[in-house]
Amino acid sequence: MSAPASPTDGARNPPTKTEILRIEGLRIEARTDEDSPAKLIVDGVDLVLHRGEVLGLIGESGAGKSTIGLAALGYTRPGCTIVGGKILFDGVDLRSLTPEQRRQRRGRRVAYIAQSAAASFNPAKRIYNQICEGPVRHGLMSYEQAKAEAIQLFRELDLPSPETFGERYPHQVSGGQLQRAMAAMAMSCHPDILVLDEPTTALDVTTQIEVLASIRKLIRVHHAAGLYISHDLAVVAQVANRIMVLRHGKMVEEGEADQILHRPRMDYTRALVSNREGKAGHMGATAGGAAPVLEISQVTASYAKLAKVVNDINLTVRKGETVAVVGESGSGKSTLARVITGLLPREAGDIRFQGISLPPALAQRSRDLLRRIQMIYQMPDVALNPRQKVGEIIGRPLAFYLGLSGKRMRERIAELLRDIDLSPDFADRYPGQLSGGQKQRICIARALAAEPDLIICDEVTSALDPLVAEGILDLLGRLQRSHGYAYLFITHDLGTVRRIADRVAVMLKGRLVAEGPREQVFAPPYHPYTKLLLSSVPEMDTHWLDGVLADRAQIRAAAELA
Amino acid sequence: MRLFGHRFSIAALIGLAIIAINLLGAVLAPVIAPYGESTPVGDVWAPPSAEYWLGLDNLGRDMFSRLLYGARTTISIALVITCLSFAIGIAMGFSAAVVGGWIDTMLSRLVDTLMAIPTLILALIVLSVLGTSIPVLVGTIAVLDSTRVFRLSRAVGLNIAVMDYVEVARLRGEGLRWIVWREVLPNALPPLIAEFGLRFCFAFLFIASLSFLGLGIQPPYADWGGMVRDNAQAINFGGMAPMIPAIAIGQLTIGVNLLVDWFLSIHSRAHGEGA
Repeated sequence: MSAPASPTDGARNPPTKTEILRIEGLRIEARTDEDSPAKLIVDGVDLVLHRGEVLGLIGESGAGKSTIGLAALGYTRPGCTIVGGKILFDGVDLRSLTPEQRRQRRGRRVAYIAQSAAASFNPAKRIYNQICEGPVRHGLMSYEQAKAEAIQLFRELDLPSPETFGERYPHQVSGGQLQRAMAAMAMSCHPDILVLDEPTTALDVTTQIEVLASIRKLIRVHHAAGLYISHDLAVVAQVANRIMVLRHGKMVEEGEADQILHRPRMDYTRALVSNREGKAGHMGATAGGAAPVLEISQVTASYAKLAKVVNDINLTVRKGETVAVVGESGSGKSTLARVITGLLPREAGDIRFQGISLPPALAQRSRDLLRRIQMIYQMPDVALNPRQKVGEIIGRPLAFYLGLSGKRMRERIAELLRDIDLSPDFADRYPGQLSGGQKQRICIARALAAEPDLIICDEVTSALDPLVAEGILDLLGRLQRSHGYAYLFITHDLGTVRRIADRVAVMLKGRLVAEGPREQVFAPPYHPYTKLLLSSVPEMDTHWLDGVLADRAQIRAAAELA
Repeated sequence: MRLFGHRFSIAALIGLAIIAINLLGAVLAPVIAPYGESTPVGDVWAPPSAEYWLGLDNLGRDMFSRLLYGARTTISIALVITCLSFAIGIAMGFSAAVVGGWIDTMLSRLVDTLMAIPTLILALIVLSVLGTSIPVLVGTIAVLDSTRVFRLSRAVGLNIAVMDYVEVARLRGEGLRWIVWREVLPNALPPLIAEFGLRFCFAFLFIASLSFLGLGIQPPYADWGGMVRDNAQAINFGGMAPMIPAIAIGQLTIGVNLLVDWFLSIHSRAHGEGA
């Protein structure tokens, strides 16, 4: 698909040492409420960026990396204030400028690429209008010139039919294309600095590579400087010359990309690196001959009788076993979960649960059947009712399914909280007072409260920071070993699959293309699509992208044909 | 003072004080009022004096006493109407949002039909056919008002009904009642409370206008709208009698709105600024 960057331009061209951005002792405070005490979210960070150089900012959520990125534009999020330090942009301190002077620089000299292109484009305007707006408003070019420039940028970004691409509306192009269109928008004024805030995080692995390659090419062609913000070390390593690791608003360490990856100095960086490299391992005991809990045979389902979203699926999950369903977004893996739970009644085929045929629709199922299949969601923020206390959230299934109340219920809630490594006094808190990882633990406790046989985990770790996700996976593994739950684990993250799955099912366009024990599916001979997925997982090697782009075209073609 | 974790603004405190004074006056009317609700005590439209603080009305009754008793009827009836209209509107709106399908379509079209007819005219027709007793008045205005509450709660409910926690409740096998009252309602409270304040104002303004037309609360009971009508003639003689109940209506409306404004402001977020 995307033309591989030629080896010459792939070699990291040594940055010419002209300084373009220097941040000294930056301190930023945030307050959520006007009378709550301010919290220091960026604490004395220094950084230097030269022309033609990309600096990767790495850290977990709350590390302050996005806040620093926005500060480079002289901007802060609502509720945040810069309280100290200097932001020297080409020798001028942005803090000493008037808001109007800062505005003049934004877009023109420093541009921003956000994580979600879909949320950043105006759905009611054509892509051209939005890309040409910057240069025209800043008085750099006429609309016609800007348009010609945009076509050139589309070409550089390997977008399909660059001459007419801009005529389309945002919803008429794919997520990966829109992300590249945003890169074109940011580049339209030829800024000195690009701030890239997790530009590929929301994309599928296979799309991520293409966008990553395009963005890297763009930065090199235009010799721009970049601040690349991400939580994924392997992704940053493909683009950045240097990497800065941040934690709690402070710098942990900074160094050349290779040095950070291979010779990290600080313990925290080592933890990030080793976590990303992942260790293969089993979650529970392999249960080869155990009784099947869930048997899906020839199941087909669709929304509004249109194209089949789930087509002729056969899958078995046994007691104490973890079956991972992998695939890109749109492959139908989440829909499969909806069919099993009855939210979307199946149109054909049969689902047997412990030998009994499950009624297709939710309303036809008995309370006891509902109890035995529980689900854990991707976004713990919206899976927990913000107006219910933790005790109420976990207590409801206890009362609803098991008829517990009063003292016995409180004891059971305390026990469940201890099972998920939280103290019993969490029962009095609201979800808003918990961290992302704690929220996901509460979701797990709610599922456990029902004493289920099968737990469907829908991307349960993808909204969490890597180290937090690790804790959740460990917890799920431990619970499986002690209680013998069967897990149906839906994910797009092959790293997770390698770590936890006993069996793997690969989905593509609503069908299963490969299924079997993990070792077998992930070893040659691969199904071509499995190979494409595997080859798309970024590796901790600064030259990985160059390598993978080379033989990518063939793999993709083979996968489409199969 | 704080509510929902937010400190009251000065405007909100003023609003709160106005509402408190009105409620206190209404509750303590029999204690405070120097004269009876409908006893003539002197000359028609006598000007304010040390004896009659706000003067006398068109039948020589003490204006201040009538104002206090009027607060009783006006505020209590407006409150009952608002509560009733919210009960109807919320129950129907959330059910439409959560259940969807033909129930949603049916309720929404019914509400559209009701809203297409001007409220005052519809109320006049109903009241002239059924007569103007207080229950009929309350019922009519409550039903008419509930259409707007339905619109709001359906819109808010639709956004909440797609949340994963509502899906969790469905998957657990919960019934409509649990989902509406325990999952959806607590999360819809902020906009609904703000709307409650506004609708309360509209309700007593509406009673006032109906009373002014003679279809509201019937004499000899005092109510602020009716008092404006009764004393309207005084304007011709340069008397200030009708102004007094009119000011009473105005100050309570302002008080409630100050509080509502504050409530709306804490639920909208400030925008970012420069460095």
